[in-house]
Amino acid sequence: MNTSNTQTMTVTSVMPNMSQVFGWLKSLQYPAMGITGLLLLWWFGGFMIENDPDLSAFAAFAPAPTFSALVDLIASGEVWQPIGSSLYRILSGLVWGIAIGVPVGVTVGYFGLALKVANVPFQFLRMISPLAWMPIAVLAFQSWDSAIIFLIVMATVWPIIFSTAHGVRRIDPNWFKVARNLGASGFQMLRRIILPAIMTDVMAGIRLAVGVAWVVLVPAEYLGVTSGLGYAINDARDTLSYDSLAAVVIVIGVIGYGLDTICSVLIKRFNWHME
Amino acid sequence: MGASISLDFITHKFSASAEPTLKDIENRIEPGELVALIGRSGCGKSTLLHMMAGLLIPSDGCVRINSHLVTKPSAKWNMMFQKASLYPWMNVKENAALGLLFDGMPKAEAGERVDALLDMVGLHDKKDVNVQSLSGGQQQRVALARSLATEPEVLLLDEPFSALDAFTRTQLQEEVPNICRERGITMVIVTHDIDEAIAMADRVLIMSQNPGRIVGELVVDLPWPRRHMDSGFQTMRDELMQQFKGTDTGLAGRNAADPDQSEISQSAA
Ligand SMILES: Nc1ncnc2c1ncn2[C@@H]1O[C@H](COP(=O)(O)OP(=O)(O)OP(=O)(O)O)[C@@H](O)[C@H]1O
Ligand SMILES: [Mg+2]
Repeated sequence: MNTSNTQTMTVTSVMPNMSQVFGWLKSLQYPAMGITGLLLLWWFGGFMIENDPDLSAFAAFAPAPTFSALVDLIASGEVWQPIGSSLYRILSGLVWGIAIGVPVGVTVGYFGLALKVANVPFQFLRMISPLAWMPIAVLAFQSWDSAIIFLIVMATVWPIIFSTAHGVRRIDPNWFKVARNLGASGFQMLRRIILPAIMTDVMAGIRLAVGVAWVVLVPAEYLGVTSGLGYAINDARDTLSYDSLAAVVIVIGVIGYGLDTICSVLIKRFNWHME
Repeated sequence: MGASISLDFITHKFSASAEPTLKDIENRIEPGELVALIGRSGCGKSTLLHMMAGLLIPSDGCVRINSHLVTKPSAKWNMMFQKASLYPWMNVKENAALGLLFDGMPKAEAGERVDALLDMVGLHDKKDVNVQSLSGGQQQRVALARSLATEPEVLLLDEPFSALDAFTRTQLQEEVPNICRERGITMVIVTHDIDEAIAMADRVLIMSQNPGRIVGELVVDLPWPRRHMDSGFQTMRDELMQQFKGTDTGLAGRNAADPDQSEISQSAA
């Protein structure tokens, strides 16, 4: 959380002066300590594996081979293609998740009856791992790509629906009364009052959705497809190149972190609450 | 220009089995008249005002504004509430222009229209600020500008100043009737405050409780602007207080159904 805050600050502030730079460095000290700790643990794990005769075949998992594989991946430009495929899938799934989740969430939140009817089935469906839909997805869709996007949609709709509905229920009833009083039509009420009022909640739902979707995407790409980061991991395992496997894991983590940061910036952008 | 409001035999029950909240309300408010509605808490003042605004339909009888049957809200008969309820994602100007936007006016034109209104309510230096940074009084001024922007014929006020500090309240009690008189707007204000009623209205209607009925009225023919210190003001105030006590049915609603009461108090006025 803290690091994402500081990143927003530096992005938005034009021409930081010396004290700002200093403050920025200072606020980075704790995340830096955390990352160093993680690297130490990793290095220690690699060291243990290397010295264990049973496991020494996996020594390439250690930091040094991994980072050199990562540099190779980036230098050769090989990383971009799987990243592109994975991002394409997650964004398509997210677009569908938003297109379905927001209208359903608004309906469910706005009409009390709809919430009562939908609550149990929604809670039930939400608890099913998106990956459990895989066999059905494969039957229902022609291409593996569409099947995976379907799984992402199944992962993203629920957080978006719940968060949207929650946002609608929290709207101050006086806002509806005042708008009706000023002659708002149903569409104007939606466009000028409801949607801006729930924007923060919708973005919070999207952030949750992105997190779940990114976690689901990688195992989904183990199946069928021949592109994407999940496939890259599987492929590296089959060719016993554990150093590039670990490098892909790092790429996955970094991109996931980046996606989450983008979401938190957007949440701030759409947040109308004053500090 | 202001519109007349006629309340035609309004009786209202919130549920079929309940006792009526309002009973046989009948009155006519002339165009441009300033009317105050007073009564104990829970007697149905807000309910009646919501009906005039078209936010609530009476179970019996009807409200007519300029002989037009009120069936739904309209920016032409506008209500201001105790809370300003501004929209925090819009700045002051956008909030004030909202009614015009709903009416289909382009944003730029609506902005120009509210400019002068915001000057008038004393917010000339606050037009582009976030409404969350305004004080309660300033917020209520934005709400006032928002209500006036659509050039309403009727302005309905439901205890709009009760949450404000005394100084701001006194100011607005003077400004709002002035604006209404200038523009010929018909005003109905609901209040708990006898002074406020005398300070703002040409005529005060007194409501009883259980069921809510109009049991008395007092014509306030004092010159404008009203001054609290004037002896005329004090006399009116005492007279209204007297009448209010005379018609007060207390908490249990005893004598509530006595139909003579309204006649007695009216002749006293
Ligand atoms: N939506 C509703 N459903 C059922 N009863 C209601 C509803 N709204 C108001 N009432 C009842 O109708 C009566 C009149 O309410 P109203 O809000 O009009 O009173 P009021 O005169 O404005 O009171 P106050 O001065 O406290 O604002 C009250 O007894 C209240 O409990
Ligand atoms: Mg009330």
